Amino acid sequence: MEGMIVQGFNGISLGSILLLIALGLAITFGLMKVINMAHGELIMIGAYATYVIQLLFKNHLPPEYFNWYFLLAIPFAFIVAALIGMLLEYTVIRHLYGRPLDSLLATFGVGLILQQTARSIFGAPNVGVEAPPFLRGGVEVMSVMLPYTRLFIIALVIVCFLSLFVYLYRTNGGRRIRAVMQNRDMATCLGISSRKVDSLTFAIGAGFAGIAGSALTLIGPIGPTIGQNYIIDAFMVVVVGGVGMLTGTVIGAMGIGLFNTVFEFWTNASMGKVLVFALIILFLQWRPEGLFSLRTRSLD
Amino acid sequence: MKKILRRKSMLLGAALSAVLLLSACGGSETSGETEEGQEPSAETTDEEVKVGILHSLSGTMAMSETSVKDAELLAIEEINAAGGVLGKQLVPVIEDGASEPSIFSERATKLLQQDEVAVVFGGWTSASRKAMLPVFEENNGLLYYPIQYEGMEASPNIFYAGAAPNQQIVPAVEWLLENEGTEFFLLGSDYVFPRLANQIIKAQLEASGGTTVDEQYTPLGHTDYSTIISRIRESKPEVIFNTLNGDSNVAFFKQLADAGITSDDVTVLSVSVAEEEIRGIGADVLEGHYASWNYYQTTDTEENASFVESYQAQFGDDRVTGDPIEAAYFMVHLWAQAVEEAGSFDVDAVKEAAPGLELNAPGGKIIFDGDNQHVWKTVRIGEVQADGQFKEVWNSGEPIKPDPFLEGYEWASEISSTVQ
Amino acid sequence: MAFSLSKYLFDRRWLFVALLIILVACPLFLSDFRLNLLGRFLAFAILVIGLDLLWGYTGVLSLGHGIFFGVGAYIMAIYLKLEATSGAVPDFMMWNGITELPWFWAMFENPVMAISFAILLPMLLAGTLGFFIFRNRIKDVYFTILTQALVIVTVTLIISKQEYTGGTNGITGFSTVFGQSLMAPSTQKSIYLITVLCLGLIFFLCYRLVHSRFGKTLIAIRDGENRLRFSGYDTSLFKVFVFALSAGIAGLAGMLFVLQVGMISPTTIGIVPSIEMILWVAIGGRGTLIGPVFGAITTNLAKTFFSENYPDIWLFFLGSIFVIVVLFLPGGFMSLFKKWRFKKKGGIIDETKSIEEAKRPAV
Repeated sequence: MEGMIVQGFNGISLGSILLLIALGLAITFGLMKVINMAHGELIMIGAYATYVIQLLFKNHLPPEYFNWYFLLAIPFAFIVAALIGMLLEYTVIRHLYGRPLDSLLATFGVGLILQQTARSIFGAPNVGVEAPPFLRGGVEVMSVMLPYTRLFIIALVIVCFLSLFVYLYRTNGGRRIRAVMQNRDMATCLGISSRKVDSLTFAIGAGFAGIAGSALTLIGPIGPTIGQNYIIDAFMVVVVGGVGMLTGTVIGAMGIGLFNTVFEFWTNASMGKVLVFALIILFLQWRPEGLFSLRTRSLD
Repeated sequence: MKKILRRKSMLLGAALSAVLLLSACGGSETSGETEEGQEPSAETTDEEVKVGILHSLSGTMAMSETSVKDAELLAIEEINAAGGVLGKQLVPVIEDGASEPSIFSERATKLLQQDEVAVVFGGWTSASRKAMLPVFEENNGLLYYPIQYEGMEASPNIFYAGAAPNQQIVPAVEWLLENEGTEFFLLGSDYVFPRLANQIIKAQLEASGGTTVDEQYTPLGHTDYSTIISRIRESKPEVIFNTLNGDSNVAFFKQLADAGITSDDVTVLSVSVAEEEIRGIGADVLEGHYASWNYYQTTDTEENASFVESYQAQFGDDRVTGDPIEAAYFMVHLWAQAVEEAGSFDVDAVKEAAPGLELNAPGGKIIFDGDNQHVWKTVRIGEVQADGQFKEVWNSGEPIKPDPFLEGYEWASEISSTVQ
Repeated sequence: MAFSLSKYLFDRRWLFVALLIILVACPLFLSDFRLNLLGRFLAFAILVIGLDLLWGYTGVLSLGHGIFFGVGAYIMAIYLKLEATSGAVPDFMMWNGITELPWFWAMFENPVMAISFAILLPMLLAGTLGFFIFRNRIKDVYFTILTQALVIVTVTLIISKQEYTGGTNGITGFSTVFGQSLMAPSTQKSIYLITVLCLGLIFFLCYRLVHSRFGKTLIAIRDGENRLRFSGYDTSLFKVFVFALSAGIAGLAGMLFVLQVGMISPTTIGIVPSIEMILWVAIGGRGTLIGPVFGAITTNLAKTFFSENYPDIWLFFLGSIFVIVVLFLPGGFMSLFKKWRFKKKGGIIDETKSIEEAKRPAV
């Protein structure tokens, strides 16, 4: 019983991390159909942004403030990643709408450039981010230890998801985004500046990648190539959930997270990974367009 | 008009082919025309001699190998400032192995055949060394390799400056059994070094009354350790012997600390976590855990004081040294000494002159072993302190003879007998 | 007269023949090392012909061809390793406690078996996978991502089953091939020429294929699969065939690659190399056959040039090339030619057009 609770929590915890790294991609890839291979590098930017904030607090502010650097780091990571995302959209992505596979290739090149930029600025070795004191340790529930960092990430992903959901479905800005993504010409005719909406949407997607990067500093490494650790997982989550469906992304992330921990527990980490990806391949045979897909009657 | 256009495109086609051709043979123009059948020997001019440096400067391994490259450059600079080797200045030719073994083999060939370097300092992963090995044997080149590794190898063309298993792993297990406990959890990344290291450890434990409670491997780049940590909780080991590599260490230690498991609960001894890795992981989560190396930045020798000072003067006060960095540094000096001894840059002459050479490295006295091209080194166990540095808690007192095939250990006979 | 002459001059076939002549002449003026390097690039050039068939003509983007390349490469590596150990169990197996040669190693001691399986096994694998994938109508991005999952599965398996595969170290330490010292300049020269020959043959084969009725069907699948299906074609069978064919070509390329590099390891066939292969096609010009061949050779030349001369910052250059080409030359380098070539010739289909055509115009 206890083992099941532990594995259940581990699965949810992994699922929430997967959801966090995939949330930005669910926007850029899911809504905008841009295969952004530089998504991992945007996560890296968020991680480095957190590192910079931490350095500032450590070196220029009295130690009693250090506890709170993380609360500033998250919005900062969002803004930095969003701005870089906006720049990326303006210089590269803008020319590639409607050519998803080309966007894959170009953003792969962008990813290489961003990696090398990080290496030139921060040096090749990993840098360290110390978790804020209030996130150390954990709470014991029914003799099961739940680390605060994991609980924090779960809470963070819930907040992120809800705010994204509310923004997309309950505000005018979100309505505009959905309108443009669903029928660009019609939206333009109704006076929406699709140019602005594109730019904003991509920036939001990139910003969420930044938040993911910020949160991942709590549990993982921060270095120029960390994006590669996450990028494929993020794509799997979005594809399994169904491109363009936010709820699908949540279920995809949780499903992959749970299966991964279960498989890993049964076998070992390598075989767990093999089995999960094999399962994804099988799953797509059954649902070629993911768990949830927009049903349309139009063909080419 | 159309005709002109056509002619233009014809010209363009011709031009493109010409460019291709030129770029294809671009290399050969600078190659200095090696005649067929002639053994490529070190290209020396009156004042200069080329040496190769071959590490990953891009890709996932760049995070470790860049500093090693820096240390080699520092040593070269020092040698040059002191008048060079045999009166010649060393000119480094730097190549990027790009974290990809086949590129390592390609660039090693380039350094030997095209640049005709006298020696190559390079490599980190076993995969990169295995890829370069045939190249150096084929071309009779000389590779100095700075990293501790799994052993079971002694190529006449590779000089191993890192620790063999009996200079790092075996004494660490002995020390752990004596001081920390007998129940071992073996955790490693899923590749050659951890697998072989753990095989050695298991044999050793069996012979000395220890037990292995669990043995787990995670894929390279793995970042979620919650399941592994659950296993650790379940099997309640006294010691975790950690052979994880690179990024995974960061994730493992952070998540271990988050789960409330500290060095008081279980001791983790790592063999791939040096000072530079500590900075990426955070000293706060590592404090109290151990590592086994042959050198620490805090190692108390005269040579080390000046080494750390010049390393930081060169590359910044915030940089730290560490075992691989030290090995990379002293092996350049070791090579220079062998060349002086031989009185020639010729590979065979250097190989002949090298055995028995001694050097006071930052980590203490080292002796080059003629039997297996490794070096005698002092083994040191260190404990991580809050400032990210190690405090040495034990050392072997004297340099230990390298034994890459573990022939001197009864319990390892099954492993060593598999190697011809 | 002038017209017909220029018609032939600019025909891709003749461009290709010119390339072949240059390549055959290369051993005369390239150093052994550069020749060997060029030979590796030619192995990649063979691979991209197959990829182009799949992506450029059929519109199916596979980011998983590293696998098929890898299967060919590993089978050849097993053969070479067994020749080096003269049939004994290789050292890495013994470390892992394996004392008898597993059957899937033993069977490749025979060169005929090794060479045929290096091509047939990738075809079989791709055929089986493709059968299910295409029958279930997994398309576009879904297919592309699925192939990446396949790469992860394969590479993780190869690494974790190191007692059979050599793990991350891969398979290295060959000595001879057919009794000749593998890395000797004379052997390498012959292997180089064999590679050029294979390149010529594969190009010729695929050229004939795409200019047949079959080729037109492929283009039709790319440009309007549903219409074709409604006309009574079983498009998935065509796709399975092309997928298998390109996998076989990749296997052949992998085999030639190992012969020239002298080793194979999982990093050579992983996610990033698989993406790079596609980039060679895109840079050269998809849907042209000759373009990708140029693309593979020039991109690799550029990569080598930059990383040898600017080892610290070469990724900037490489990344920029990828971005610039995709942005400003969607048809690759071959589209530069095309602007002149097809001005007056209405008869030939502009293969890249429908891909270039933005379904959603940039506003």
